[in-house]
Amino acid sequence: MSLDKATVKNIANLARLEVRDDELEHLVGELSNILQFVEQLAEVNTDGVAPMTSVAHMELPRRADEVTDGNYPDKVLANAPECHDGFFLVPKVVE
Amino acid sequence: MTELTKLTLAAARDGLKAKNFTAVELANAHIAAMEKARGLNAFVTETPELALERAKLSDAKIAKGAGGAMEGLPIGMKDLFCTEGVPSTACSKILEGFVPPYESTVSANLKKAGAVVLGKTALDEFAMGSSNMTSAFGPVINPWKRKSDPAAQLVPGGSSGGSAAAVAARLVLAATGTDTGGSIRQPAAFCGLVGIKPTYGRCSRWGIIAFASSLDQAGPMTRTVRDAAIMLGSMVGYDPKDSTSAQVAVPDFEAALSGDIRGLKVGIPREYRPDGLSDEISKLWEDGIAMLKAAGATPVDISLPHTKYALPTYYIVAPAECSSNLARYDGVRYGLRVEGKTLDEMYAKTRAAGFGKEVRRRILIGTYVLSAGYYDAYYIKAQKVRRLIADDFAKAFQSVDVILTPTAPSPAFGIGETDDNPVTMWLNDVFTIPTSLAGLPGLSLPTGLSSDGLPLGLQLIGRPFDEETVLKVADVMEKAAGFSAAPSGLEG
Repeated sequence: MSLDKATVKNIANLARLEVRDDELEHLVGELSNILQFVEQLAEVNTDGVAPMTSVAHMELPRRADEVTDGNYPDKVLANAPECHDGFFLVPKVVE
Repeated sequence: MTELTKLTLAAARDGLKAKNFTAVELANAHIAAMEKARGLNAFVTETPELALERAKLSDAKIAKGAGGAMEGLPIGMKDLFCTEGVPSTACSKILEGFVPPYESTVSANLKKAGAVVLGKTALDEFAMGSSNMTSAFGPVINPWKRKSDPAAQLVPGGSSGGSAAAVAARLVLAATGTDTGGSIRQPAAFCGLVGIKPTYGRCSRWGIIAFASSLDQAGPMTRTVRDAAIMLGSMVGYDPKDSTSAQVAVPDFEAALSGDIRGLKVGIPREYRPDGLSDEISKLWEDGIAMLKAAGATPVDISLPHTKYALPTYYIVAPAECSSNLARYDGVRYGLRVEGKTLDEMYAKTRAAGFGKEVRRRILIGTYVLSAGYYDAYYIKAQKVRRLIADDFAKAFQSVDVILTPTAPSPAFGIGETDDNPVTMWLNDVFTIPTSLAGLPGLSLPTGLSSDGLPLGLQLIGRPFDEETVLKVADVMEKAAGFSAAPSGLEG
C-alpha cells in the first residue's frame, strides 16, 4: 500500500508528532516502502490461527486490590519539567 | 595492573576469593582502561566514584568470607536500565535530565550479587537499531579493525553496542544487554563476545525502559560461556512487579557446563541458508556442525517454514508496541519539554524535538498499523503469523534438543557504509528475530574470524527455559573453536 501526504499527516497527528511540510514527501516514500515490505504477510494462510499476544504460557497473575506503594509525591515530581504545589504543570487546557 | 583487565569474569572471581588482588584494585584497573578508551564512546555516563565505594564494600565482605556470585566484579550497565540516582537516557534526547528515583529489578539483582557498576553504556536510541548509529550521543566505535583497512571505523552492532564495545575492549569484565530482535546477540557477534538472550519471562522487565514489551528481555554479554552462565544466574528470577515474569526455578547455570553433549540432537534449519548467504558464513556454520559431531552430538536437518515471514512480522509487532510504549513521553512528567501554545502543540513539539529519525519512523508505522481500519489487516495478521513462527519451533523441538544457525549475515560493517533504506539495516537481524518472536533462549558464540580479521558468531537456540542445554553446547563449541582472538593491542 502506498500512503499519501494527507494520511501521513493524520498518522503524525494521532502520534502527537509534529511533522514539517517539507519532511512529508520523504516520509511518504519511506513509510510506503516499509508497508510494501511487511505486506508479504498477506501470502501466508492464517485461517483458523489465533493471534499470539504473548509467548508466556501463563494466566496473568491477580493480586488483592490494595494500595501497596506510594506516598512520596516529591519522588514522583522530582523529574517534572514544571511542577507547582504537588502538581504537574501543563499549558492551559480550559478557556 | 593492566593484566587485571584481561581476566575472565570467572578468573577474576576466583582471584578475589584467593585474595590475589582486591576489588578496589580490580575496579581501578578497569576505571583507568575506561578513561583511556573514551574515544570508543562506549559509555554515556561514567560512575567511577560509585564503583570504588562499592568495591570497598566488596573487599570488606570478601575479607569476611562472604559476598555474592558477582562480588567485586566490574561491569557495564546498558543505559536502558533505570538506575537510582544515576541518569538513565536510553540514548534519547527526550530523556534529557531524567534521574530515576528507583532501580530496575535486574540491575538491583546484580548489585545485590555484589557487581561493581562502572557506568552506563551506549545503545541505539530506545534500543531501536542494529549499529548504535541511532544514539542521540553519537556512534560507538567497535574496537575490532579490518586487517585490510585498520583506519576504517566499524560499528559494534546494536542495540547493545556500548556494552559490546566495552567488554571487547576490556573496559569491563562483562556488561548487561537487552534484546528485542537481536540486540544482545548481533553486537556480541560483531565484537567477538558471548551474549545470551534468555527465555522471555526469565529476567524481570521492571525498570527497563520499554521498547516492545512482548519481546524485550535482558541478558549478559561476556567474553566466555562460563562468564555468561555466572552472570545470567545473578540477573534472573521471579519478580511480582513484572506480570510476565515466570515463576520457574533458577538453576545453577554454571553447573550445567558438563562438557558432555553426546547423544544430543542439533537441528540445522534449511531456511537459514538463503540465497546470497556469504561463503564465509556458510563455512563457519559447517565448521560448527563438524565441532558438534566430533563431540558426539547428531546434526538433524530440520525445517522452520515460516522463517522468511519473521522480519515483516517483527516490523509490525515491534513498532506497534513501541508506538504505544513511547506515548508516555509527553513533556509533562519527566524529560524534555518544548513549550507550545496548547497542550497538544506542546506534546507534538516535544516529541518531534526529542525523538530521533528511526524512533519517529517506528512510532509512525506503529500508529498506522494500530489505527482504525488497518488493525486487523496488519497487526492481527502479524500476531497470527507470529504464532505460526512459534509453532515451527515447537514442532522442531519435538525431534531436536537445540538448534544451530549463524547469528548475523555479515561481520561488522563500517560507520556510514550502509544505504539510507531502513529495511536494509533491518536485515542484520534476519537470523535472530525468529527466536525473539517465539520467546526462546538464544546465544551467540564467536567461533571464527572473517578473511578480513573480524569476529563471526554462531547462534544456539533452545527450548523455553532450557538455557542450560544452550550453555552446555556453547561451552563445548567454545573449547572446540578455540576462539582466542582479541582486538588489536588487547591480545592475551
